Amino acid sequence: MTAMLEVAELGHTYQAKDGAYTAIADLSFTVGTGELVCVVGPSGCGKSTLLRTISGLIRPTRGQISLHGNEVNGVPDDLAVVFQDYSRSLFPWLTVQKNVEFPLRRNLGRAERRARAAEALEWVGLADAGRKYPWQLSGGMQQRVAIARALAYRPALLLMDEPFASVDAQTRFELEDLLLKVRTEQDTTVLVVTHDIDESVYLGDRILVLSTSPASVVADLKVDLPAQRDQITTRESEAFVALRGEVARLLNVGKTSEEVKARRKANEQQAAKWAEAERAESERADVSRDEAEERATT
Amino acid sequence: MTRFVQRWGVFAGLVVVWELLTWLADDPFFPRPSEIVMAAQGLWFSGPPGDLFLTDAVFEHLFPSVGRLLAGWVIAAVIGISLGVALGRSTAAMQYAGPLLTFMRSIPPPALVPVFLLVFSAGTQMQLATIVFGVLWPILLNSVDGARSVDATKFETSAVFRIPKAQWILGVVLPSAAPKIFAGLRVSLSLSLVLMVVSELVGTDNGIGSQLLVAQREFDFPDMWAGIVLLGVLGYALNTVLLAFERKALAWQPKQERTPATVEEKV
Amino acid sequence: MRALTRGLLGVAGFLVIWELFGRSRLVPAEYLPPPSVVAVELVKLLGDEAFLRDVIATVLALLIAVGLSVGIAVPLGLVLGSVTSVRHATRAVVEFLRPIPSVALIPLAIVLLGIGPETKITLAVYAAIWPILFNTIYALDELDPLLVETARAFGSGRVRVLVSVALPSALPFVLTGIRLAATTSLVVLVSVELLAGGSGGIGQFIMEARSGAGRMDLVLAGTVVAGVIGYLVNEGLERAQRRWVGWSSVTGGRS
Repeated sequence: MTAMLEVAELGHTYQAKDGAYTAIADLSFTVGTGELVCVVGPSGCGKSTLLRTISGLIRPTRGQISLHGNEVNGVPDDLAVVFQDYSRSLFPWLTVQKNVEFPLRRNLGRAERRARAAEALEWVGLADAGRKYPWQLSGGMQQRVAIARALAYRPALLLMDEPFASVDAQTRFELEDLLLKVRTEQDTTVLVVTHDIDESVYLGDRILVLSTSPASVVADLKVDLPAQRDQITTRESEAFVALRGEVARLLNVGKTSEEVKARRKANEQQAAKWAEAERAESERADVSRDEAEERATT
Repeated sequence: MTRFVQRWGVFAGLVVVWELLTWLADDPFFPRPSEIVMAAQGLWFSGPPGDLFLTDAVFEHLFPSVGRLLAGWVIAAVIGISLGVALGRSTAAMQYAGPLLTFMRSIPPPALVPVFLLVFSAGTQMQLATIVFGVLWPILLNSVDGARSVDATKFETSAVFRIPKAQWILGVVLPSAAPKIFAGLRVSLSLSLVLMVVSELVGTDNGIGSQLLVAQREFDFPDMWAGIVLLGVLGYALNTVLLAFERKALAWQPKQERTPATVEEKV
Repeated sequence: MRALTRGLLGVAGFLVIWELFGRSRLVPAEYLPPPSVVAVELVKLLGDEAFLRDVIATVLALLIAVGLSVGIAVPLGLVLGSVTSVRHATRAVVEFLRPIPSVALIPLAIVLLGIGPETKITLAVYAAIWPILFNTIYALDELDPLLVETARAFGSGRVRVLVSVALPSALPFVLTGIRLAATTSLVVLVSVELLAGGSGGIGQFIMEARSGAGRMDLVLAGTVVAGVIGYLVNEGLERAQRRWVGWSSVTGGRS
């Protein structure tokens, strides 16, 4: 199996007003073509920083990332992201169909855009919803639109940032099965970032367990479950339960020793600080983007 | 439908009451509405059939007035929206320009009439300058607010899909800012009418405002009231047209996010 | 901190460009006196009793106009907002009167009321009533029915509910209305002062500076003062809003 994504000795340190925070210490892993890999870790461990470095939104301070052999240096051409917050990531002024078409305007003609969007909406079971506005749909359906938009883009790698964290449990199961179905049908390479252990076991071909911050890979587990999964029987199976326990142990779940509690609290505080540093960083990026464009036009 | 009938029924009733009151009072300052209508007809609707019965006054005063109003408003809209969106997307630029803009928009626009009178002397240029400079700020500041309001997720989504700059501005920033921009446009439109009248009242011989002065000098109260009513109708019509357009342009908004036109006004 | 520095730099840059432009003879100096000249005039004016009297005349008229319009519009808004039948009945009047720009009434008001301060105050009140009225009505519309139910459940009567529940929750909207009303009033006051004269005020000062000797430096100095008044009014009311109803999300944003 060839590697679609290679992350080598990745590290990222935020510069904030009151010092530097290392979000990622040293991460190395690969994702093979056609694989579905779940990254699971405690909250505030730097998962979303990892996702942002892979998608090229922020430049890591150390290490390399390459996508099908090309070094990631800015946002790659054939990468799509499904964000947790579907209500913000979809454009409320565009119909569902136009939302899916939006990223395709760059290099496809009208007819082809339409065909691709219709096709992708069919994959996610929303063939009839194309003319509706996102806010007229339920949360789960909106997230399906976001998935359809990502798939229509035909990405080499599909990144998902806590994609099902904002929907109710029932819908979450449906969306998980939907993801497994489309990724088999479309043969997509997927990297899912999640804090939900069960979800990572249920979805993944492999699970990368991250440590508390600064993040590093604690374990790289192969999921030995049949490719065809079922919300009831798979979750009952011995292999599932065993693996789920193993991941939980690696993450120190349930251990409420004072030390763990303190560390968790520290992590949460750190996460808040990163979020702030990140916002500042992306604001700067936005400005510098504007400035760069200004220079280009004058 | 019944609402419509009800509303205009009440309106008609009011006019009747007004007629009766003014008839009883018999005060030259307060002519009866029927007299006002007659005056309006004499002033504007007694022209030759070839001109759709419109009089010369309509062509010489009403149309130029409305033309200046709309021209000024459109110029301010173009400058305000483009500058506002640019400033709204650049934190640094807004930091440099912010205090200056805050001060500029604090100047009561009529105070600039003498400035423009000195620079341009009375005439169309001075009137246009007054309107443009006066109504620019609500549009500009609302556009800045709107452009800033694009959330981080939309920015990241657009970045990840490598949305080109033009598509980002026209397809993401502008629609996000549109509700705010329209709020600014609405305030500016009514302010345009005010400044149009003020700029015409300072000694010009053209426009509805100057006609009001002529009526005042001749103590022709029906004519004066007709002018006031005309300006009211004009204000109502302009606002209605803009609102209809806004509803169409913002039809995508979820119902509960819409606020009525009257409240959002920011001057 | 950096924002403040940059803001000051922005203002300084503007003044420098204006100064250079004013001194460049690209435009006749009497059209665009440089800021250094205007600043000198401004300082002189601030020591000038007649000018200060004009400023006070405008500010005083503004205070009276806003006070009167609050006194009229808030009770009226509470009635129209809580009694639906009255609101429907008066809707036509409101929709008919509101679009009439207050400045269109200036010639009539001068004939009726003369050129004293009562004219400008009347017109300013006419203009200032609308934003307060609409915001008050809207606030009552937006009133959380749950709050009213709760109050009713505890046995509060209609008036009691109005005073203890409706008024506090309407306050942020009303304050926004007052802020808009103050700005609008100032626009009307300056307009009347420009056009009618006789009642003093900053507008009259500016107009006289123009029509007499065509002193652009005085005109600009007066305009700057008018801007400062406008800024203080808006900023002051915005602060009051933040301070008194900081708990509310309805601050009306900037502008």
